[in-house]
Amino acid sequence: MYRYDPLDQRLVGERVEQFRDQVARRMAGEITEDEFKPLRLMNGLYIQLHAYMLRIAIPYGMLSSTQLRKLAHIARTYDRGYGHFTTRQCIQFNWLKLEDTPDILAELAEVQMHAIQTSGNSFRNITADQYAGVAADEIEDSRIWAEIIRQWSVLHPEFSFLPRKFKIAVTGSPNDRTAAKFHDIGVILKKNDAGETGFEIIIGGGQGRTPMIAQTVREFLPRHDLLSYLEAIMRIYNLMGRRDNIFKAKLKILVYALGIDEMQKLVEEEWRQIKDGPLKLPQAEIDRVAAHFAPPPHEMAESDARAFDVAKFESPAFARWARTNVALHKQPGYAIVNLSLKPLDVPPGDATAEQMDAVADLADQYSFGEIRVTHEQNLVFAHVKEADLYRLWRALDEIGFATPNLSLIGDMICCPGLDYCGLANARSIPVAQRIGKRFADLDRQLDIGELRLKISGCINACGHHHVGHIGILGVERKGEEYYQITLGGNPAMDATIGDVVGPAFSSDDVVDAVEAVVTTYVTLRADGERFLDTYRRLGAEPFKERLYPEKTDAAA
Amino acid sequence: MPLLKNGKLANDPWTHVADEVAIPASGPVIVGLKRWREERDALIKRKDPVGVRLQSDHTAGDIADDLEHLGVVALAFPVFKDGRAYTNARRLRERFGYRGEVRAIGNVLRDQYLFMQRCGFDALEVKEGETEQDFQRATGAITVFYQPAADNRQTVMRKRHREAAGG
Repeated sequence: MYRYDPLDQRLVGERVEQFRDQVARRMAGEITEDEFKPLRLMNGLYIQLHAYMLRIAIPYGMLSSTQLRKLAHIARTYDRGYGHFTTRQCIQFNWLKLEDTPDILAELAEVQMHAIQTSGNSFRNITADQYAGVAADEIEDSRIWAEIIRQWSVLHPEFSFLPRKFKIAVTGSPNDRTAAKFHDIGVILKKNDAGETGFEIIIGGGQGRTPMIAQTVREFLPRHDLLSYLEAIMRIYNLMGRRDNIFKAKLKILVYALGIDEMQKLVEEEWRQIKDGPLKLPQAEIDRVAAHFAPPPHEMAESDARAFDVAKFESPAFARWARTNVALHKQPGYAIVNLSLKPLDVPPGDATAEQMDAVADLADQYSFGEIRVTHEQNLVFAHVKEADLYRLWRALDEIGFATPNLSLIGDMICCPGLDYCGLANARSIPVAQRIGKRFADLDRQLDIGELRLKISGCINACGHHHVGHIGILGVERKGEEYYQITLGGNPAMDATIGDVVGPAFSSDDVVDAVEAVVTTYVTLRADGERFLDTYRRLGAEPFKERLYPEKTDAAA
Repeated sequence: MPLLKNGKLANDPWTHVADEVAIPASGPVIVGLKRWREERDALIKRKDPVGVRLQSDHTAGDIADDLEHLGVVALAFPVFKDGRAYTNARRLRERFGYRGEVRAIGNVLRDQYLFMQRCGFDALEVKEGETEQDFQRATGAITVFYQPAADNRQTVMRKRHREAAGG
């Protein structure tokens, strides 16, 4: 993975000292909370319902075991012993003291981490495919480009005060695992007819109260032009994005208002002026960054496929886990292992300090000391020998991260909701837990098959409900929590936004409603159809009939 | 309003003239874009220098053809989080080659001096009480720069690849 050079290291160190000075000025009363707010937000520090919350960037989800141990240490020393992995491959600590934050950031800098721009109206954490570098279906390692973009985006002098926060995802695989189509900019690695690697650039995607699917602004961009092209997009957005209304300030609204053709014309005009300037990427820099992501020394020894097969035969529980949580690695004899952070009764994405330490040890033992965080709030070991899978499974089971539910209904995305968040209108964690309980039977989950359920506690959609096969949105009416259900959303390359099926359900009824949707699907599905396939074939009608029988009767 | 010019507290020779106020017979003045457009010929003939004030919804392009006549272009930050003036400043310097004064006016805060300097501002109208030391501290806090901009600071790319990179 990427290791800072002395320049990268110096920058995060200086940023810590700069923030220490800002906190000192605040603590001494030299600046007001109003003046301090933008400064702390440039460093990922929020005031939530109960305390300060610090969001730490995990660039494109990559963590070393050393870094994860440091996060465990921070959880134990400064927080209440746990952290929360987010849908943007970050981690949040929810119970911090303001005066501790400079020390926390100094500790993070020791292990090449920071919280720069994890909030505020600038570039946020750059995300990428959690299977980068090991996926069998990959064109090229997306992390190289995510790191190059990360550096360009840090403390950008021109784009630190954009109309709104700005999210970029990079995917190297046609089977997108980053929800690229729902980012302000999606960078999609692609080969042209001459066989050269470059990028398709898509813009204007997003969720929130106006969900939109990103559109192509450039079919093929040569690799050396990546940063100048991004800078051209940003310039048009910085000048023309709306600043009069926070709900209309995202790039997606500008793209929608201008139309993609006009937007493209403006971007290309701007780009022509700067493309041959100093932003042109030198091959030496691409090579330098790429070298950091060279594959670890896989043993080329013959796959111990037989031992793996025997273990699956002897332990049905292991076999089930291997079926759901283990993915294909491009190197024969190796596998990709997903650690489910969605056991029953725990908020999705939470991990305790003890669990983090244990995961770090297991990563050292089984996966070259490397861990990845997914936007679906799980962890990944990207390089596990098939021969080690059984032992690793046993060890993960002991710490509660071996629930065999990846991509099943138990593997929900869920925002912190009203239990923590100052923006939320409704609780989301308790709903996730009640749904988890209702579908606790793992055989049933497996029978239901791939089903992405995503819950947001407010319209800001941090829980990605718009792109859930089943989406749940918490709303508040007259002091009571209600939950609106959407169906058929999908974040992949064949992206769709979920359809609202009808009036919202009370907190008491929402779990029954989810069950009614699932039962309808199970009854109507054809052989091999996922929930999404059945929904696409039949539309919302059969689900509505089941969810709102009185209404349908009255209409008939 | 104290003026920091190239990091030094300086006497401000320029007078901001509001749109509805008569332009003084002598002395350097800064006028709004509308005024400039309406009274351009008379203002060019004026003996003392003239500058133009751009609001954040104006663009550098609005004034690009007249830059040879202007001693100052003042770019407004109505609130610190309106970042349009950063782009306008870079365009003035990098695209239109403007060498006169580019001045930040409005909600100009210490923690943004560095960004302003990098984008080509050489004059800042700052809050009462700001000192040269504050400026030094604010612009010296960070010494590593990933992006080429309108200043002459060496970028990380340049340091890493002296021969290969342009910026």
